[in-house]
Amino acid sequence: MADPMRIRAQAAGGNATVRVLMAHEMETGQRKDAAGKLVAAWHITEVTATHNGKTVMTAEWGTGVAKNPFMQFTIKGAKAGDKVGIMWIDNKGDTRSDEASVT
Amino acid sequence: MQSRRETLKQSAVVAGLLAGTGLFPGYALAFNAPAFDAKSLADAFRGLGITAPQASKDVSITAPDIAENGAVVPFAAATTLGGVKQILFLVEKNPTVLIAAFNLTDNVEANVSTRAKMAQTSDVYAVAVLTNGRALFAKKEVKVTLGGCGG
Repeated sequence: MADPMRIRAQAAGGNATVRVLMAHEMETGQRKDAAGKLVAAWHITEVTATHNGKTVMTAEWGTGVAKNPFMQFTIKGAKAGDKVGIMWIDNKGDTRSDEASVT
Repeated sequence: MQSRRETLKQSAVVAGLLAGTGLFPGYALAFNAPAFDAKSLADAFRGLGITAPQASKDVSITAPDIAENGAVVPFAAATTLGGVKQILFLVEKNPTVLIAAFNLTDNVEANVSTRAKMAQTSDVYAVAVLTNGRALFAKKEVKVTLGGCGG
């Protein structure tokens, strides 16, 4: 199981800005190890964001997203106390989901 | 309106493409492998089913002029247009051009940001795909300083 995500959701003017920092290697599949062999690609492929259990956004990521990925988005009509959930799946089938409250 | 036959045929094609890569078992059915493996902008757009993207002032991209470290380059895209179903980030000269695709719903604003890797100085594209199928983009050149020591 991967390390937990850091999720910050702040309410402002009727919306909530969500910032997520995930812990993931995001190996591109282009890099070679010390022995000159290609390191296999290992990256997050899909991200799902929920607001009080309802999916509000999904994302598909390639190998080009930076290591320990960051993303930011804004949920309309979210209030303090609402639950924001983030779930990701990587190309090895590993998955992680975390939840935070809007503050 | 699609007939059932057409729908079935398309499903079979998509399943075939996924099986062909051999990399993505059933759990990743939504992951668009052909688009993410694309080596050129044209291939990536084809993989995504986008035809003739147009430059537009209504889409804005925020990225640094100079990135000292190509491993972590912050990108942001925003648009004031309604009916945006997808926001894409592409880096023209990366080994695989498509960085990320954000599928939006009406409950989020058309304003997302993330961090990407860049192999070298290149144009960065932010594309907004509207529900009516139009694709509008903004681009910006980001210079990548090799060595990352700020030279």
